[in-house]
Amino acid sequence: MNNKKKPTNGLSRIISLAIKNYKLSCLFILIFILVSCFANVYGSTFLKDLIDVYIVPMLSQEVPNFGPLIQALLTLALIYLTGILCTYLYNRILLNVALGTLRDVRDNLFEHMETLPIGYFDTHAHGDMMSIYTNDTDTLRQLLTMAVPQMIVSIVTMISVLVSMLILDIPLTIVAIVIAIIMVGVSRFVTSRSARYFRAQQNDLGKVNGFIEEMIEGTKVIKVFCHEEQSIKDFDVVNDQLFHASANANLFANILMPIIGNLGYLSYVITAIVGSMMAVNHIGGLTLGTIAAFLQLNRSFNNPIGQISQQINSVVMAGAGATRIFELLDAESEVDEGRVTLTPVTVLDNGEIQETDKNTGHWCWKHPREDGTVDYVPWRGDVRFHDVVFGYNEKKTILHDINLFAKPGEKIAFVGATGAGKTTITNLINRFYDIQQGSITYDGIDIKLIKKDDLRHSLGIVLQDTNLFTGTIMDNIRYGKLDATDDECIKAAKLANAHDFIKHLDHGYQTVITGSGTSLSQGQKQLLSIARAAVANPPVLILDEATSSIDTHTERIVQDGMDKLMQGRTVFVIAHRLSTIQNSDAIMVLENGRIIERGNHDELLKKKGTYYQLYTGAFELE
Amino acid sequence: MIKTLIGQIKEYKINTIKSPLYVIIEVIMEVLIPYLMSVLVDQGIDKGDMGIVWKIGGIMIVCAFIGLWAGAQSGKHAAIASSGFAKNLRKAEYENIQKFAFSNIDQYSTGGLITRMTTDITNVQMAFQMIIRICVRAPFMLIAALSMCFFINFELSLIFIGVIIFLGIALFAVSFIVHPVFEKMFKKYDALNASVQENISGIRVVKAFVREKFETNKFHKESGDIYSLQLKAEKILIWNMPLMQMSMYGAILMISWFGANMIVGSSLTTGELMSLFTYTANILMSLMMFSMVFVMVVMSIASGERIAAVINQKSDLVSPKNGIKEIKNGQIDFEDVYFEYTNIQDEANYVLDNIDLHIPSGSTLGILGATGSAKSSLVQLIPRLYDVTGGSVKVAGIDVRNYDLESLRNSVAMVLQKNVLFSGTIKENMRWGNPDATDEEIKEACQLAQADEFIQKMPDKYDTYIEQGGTNVSGGQRQRLCIARALLKKPKILILDDSTSAVDTKTDALIRQAFMEKIPETTRIIISQRVSSIQDSDQILVLDEGRISGLGTHEELLKSNTLYRETFMEQQKGGSLSE
Repeated sequence: MNNKKKPTNGLSRIISLAIKNYKLSCLFILIFILVSCFANVYGSTFLKDLIDVYIVPMLSQEVPNFGPLIQALLTLALIYLTGILCTYLYNRILLNVALGTLRDVRDNLFEHMETLPIGYFDTHAHGDMMSIYTNDTDTLRQLLTMAVPQMIVSIVTMISVLVSMLILDIPLTIVAIVIAIIMVGVSRFVTSRSARYFRAQQNDLGKVNGFIEEMIEGTKVIKVFCHEEQSIKDFDVVNDQLFHASANANLFANILMPIIGNLGYLSYVITAIVGSMMAVNHIGGLTLGTIAAFLQLNRSFNNPIGQISQQINSVVMAGAGATRIFELLDAESEVDEGRVTLTPVTVLDNGEIQETDKNTGHWCWKHPREDGTVDYVPWRGDVRFHDVVFGYNEKKTILHDINLFAKPGEKIAFVGATGAGKTTITNLINRFYDIQQGSITYDGIDIKLIKKDDLRHSLGIVLQDTNLFTGTIMDNIRYGKLDATDDECIKAAKLANAHDFIKHLDHGYQTVITGSGTSLSQGQKQLLSIARAAVANPPVLILDEATSSIDTHTERIVQDGMDKLMQGRTVFVIAHRLSTIQNSDAIMVLENGRIIERGNHDELLKKKGTYYQLYTGAFELE
Repeated sequence: MIKTLIGQIKEYKINTIKSPLYVIIEVIMEVLIPYLMSVLVDQGIDKGDMGIVWKIGGIMIVCAFIGLWAGAQSGKHAAIASSGFAKNLRKAEYENIQKFAFSNIDQYSTGGLITRMTTDITNVQMAFQMIIRICVRAPFMLIAALSMCFFINFELSLIFIGVIIFLGIALFAVSFIVHPVFEKMFKKYDALNASVQENISGIRVVKAFVREKFETNKFHKESGDIYSLQLKAEKILIWNMPLMQMSMYGAILMISWFGANMIVGSSLTTGELMSLFTYTANILMSLMMFSMVFVMVVMSIASGERIAAVINQKSDLVSPKNGIKEIKNGQIDFEDVYFEYTNIQDEANYVLDNIDLHIPSGSTLGILGATGSAKSSLVQLIPRLYDVTGGSVKVAGIDVRNYDLESLRNSVAMVLQKNVLFSGTIKENMRWGNPDATDEEIKEACQLAQADEFIQKMPDKYDTYIEQGGTNVSGGQRQRLCIARALLKKPKILILDDSTSAVDTKTDALIRQAFMEKIPETTRIIISQRVSSIQDSDQILVLDEGRISGLGTHEELLKSNTLYRETFMEQQKGGSLSE
């Protein structure tokens, strides 16, 4: 199952994607490129005629007749104009294709990413995912807007020039081709060398960046320990390494053009000598004009080789980038086979339940049966675990035989050391992960049967990391319920004890915060995330307490906010401070994925077991 | 800015000079070759003189090889010079950051400093390489090719002047118009990336609230905005190619017409006409390159400025010349200390207000106070991480500003609140405290900090590798390792800034007991949110918004200080506050 490795050639897939979505545009681009190249080549071959057909005859005329020359130049001007027009047009259409494809790729990436299971985010470094959006799409941009058109132009030019050369003179063409082959060989040697050093450079750059990140983060510690000199010495080592790789990579990239360019001149000279020898010795009927035109063509023939080899690096890089992009796009989305949905209902006088579109405040699980009938189960908030076994992968089981039940309105707390499996249990209720054995029921329905969106709507959650989003404070509270009015949001903020600090901000609820919410204190962020859950007003609540240390006063405000939010709901609390859970209906003490003790505060204290030791401070919680 | 940056070329000056010199040779060859070509055609082929064909051909081959050699040399020196320049810039930044005072570090965000040392340097490196190669090549090529044209035929060359002026103005106009649009686009880009970043780190929130569609729609809108901005920018930029062709084709047409006339009038040869065509391409290409480089250099200016700012940043704190190297004892005196982070004198904003405090050598001081009460600010003045705004802080009776900075900090060990371990083994991390520490000394320090026990349980014991940021040990373990590291300095004064918050109360007590027994002569300052961590200190300081609210022993404060009493009562109750 996990060895489903498709050999993905990112490069060809991205190009075929662009062609598929922009068929007509691609066709026009090709046509316009052809015309534009033709105009260019026609201009070069015209030089032969300019001298041989128009100028040389005039030299022998007593009164030179400029008529034919004028006519020919006008024709040329017309063709040139068409060429210029086509150049503009293909660039313009290409822009639509390239930028459109980039937008499509970005949109698809994001849309698909949002559907990926949480497990994907656990197993992939966030920095790496981020760089797919930045570095990898940047390389695609390079590829689509520069490399691809450049290469098409180069190849088309080479072919059309080759044809013209063949028409002019076959032996000279052979000379030119032989030299061109040598040039290709040399440039392949150089580019492969430079590609190797570019990889080394990328690698060393990563190392230096990593080193810098670690040291800058720890600058204050460095200073406290007077470790400055040692850290400079360490830095010099990685910095020097990067210098060597970078110098080598750039060296090979830099010498490519002079080599190709001057080999081009060599080709030019050799063709000239061979051509002149043939002309002087009257072999093959070469004329002076033919040599002139041929030499011009020879330049046009050699230039593209240099241009193509210059683009190779960016093509290779874009290929690697595209492969990473498709790795994300090919990752499997969360599957949802649930059919049970949450729907508003009205309760008729005779106790019968009827579905409605209006928000009546009464909700039911709508459970379609296989025989076509539909059951309505009232939404109450009763959650049970039956013999639940779970592991993030098959090899390691994290939770063993978990049994528990939470009746509507009960408060269940989990305590235990880091890694005991507290957070994992709550992640199973909202199906961030799926269990391997056993079952979890919500109001008596197996949660696997419930549509994920409806299941998650029915659960309120306050996470350990208070992730906020760029926008106003109001927007962030409204995140819990998109159609909430301002009044509802403010009410939620008051309930969560967030209103007081928001009031004192310069722009109140309209204060704009950034994603990391750096302008807010840790405690304020927690209050906002409580308000966000409060506005959604779900019957079941999952609270994962923040671990970061906040002062006693703020902690009391946060705790009070949480307590108010908990009233009348089924609550699962992951506790990092025992003080907050003493009034729970049941406390589960977890150790290595098993519930080793359960009961309320007083019962557990009497037991004098692990909970007792935790409570008296003999054990560390975190 | 430019002066600062150029100053960092240092040992790569020779490469920096050599590269353009070789470029000049290369360009001369490139310009010479078409001229030789015209001679070859006119005097060799026209007259059927194979001798001249061979001779001139030979010279041309030599020229091509000289050009190749010079080009390769220039490429090599440019690569070394630009990579070396980047290396020196990075080093200069890094070294200066090491000299920064805490106040300087606060001024730049860590993220900002990282960008200045990575992306910004890469930008400047690329621009620098462009400048020493192409910025010399393009104008020189232009001038050389133009001179050759004038040498061949004065009147026809005037065509070039016209074309150059036309294309030059057009290209610069394009760059000029496009620049602000690009700036706008890059800003939008940053916003888009920020929103992706938010979604990746907040994916659990997105999913928990079922906001996938909402976020996707938000993203589509943003990416659509980028698309339109990008289209707007690049729509202008693509005029470059047709403009270039227009100039080139126009020049060819005009030269063809006037050239034909001149040949008929015998004032031009066919060979000369041909070389003029070659120069047309040379001249226009160099203009094109010039405009490309122009755009790139403009873009890197912002990066250069950011780098220069770091290199030129003067540290707010410098060690005094001939500072006192010996710290006699651990006595600390705060005398009428005022402090604020920014150096603007504004009475209302004092972080510490009129602090007068005397701590005898070898005693213990506990500090309690809410977030923002300036506990950390107070203790950071002792090892001179910041300087006081008013009054003075004295260690062993001497103002800290008179001590040699390194000696002072080696005697005052501080465990920071936001502490980090570095990637490396435990032993390596411990030796930050004392590079010459023996294995026994390390073990001893770890025993004191109650870290030895869990280290012994690790597979590689003291050689266990700590990941970057210390992510593979728990919070409490990390704090104990940081304490051990500070102990290895054998300090006169030890400051723990909320350094045992994740350690359980029992271990916390053991650590304090060990201090009392093993290092009684060291002055200890302990900041904590937990009353139990400080209640047996010789003196307890209660801070409230930068002022001393109370000072005394546990018993005294319980009687006299409401803030202290309330905190103590709350924590005694075990925090069941709501009921």
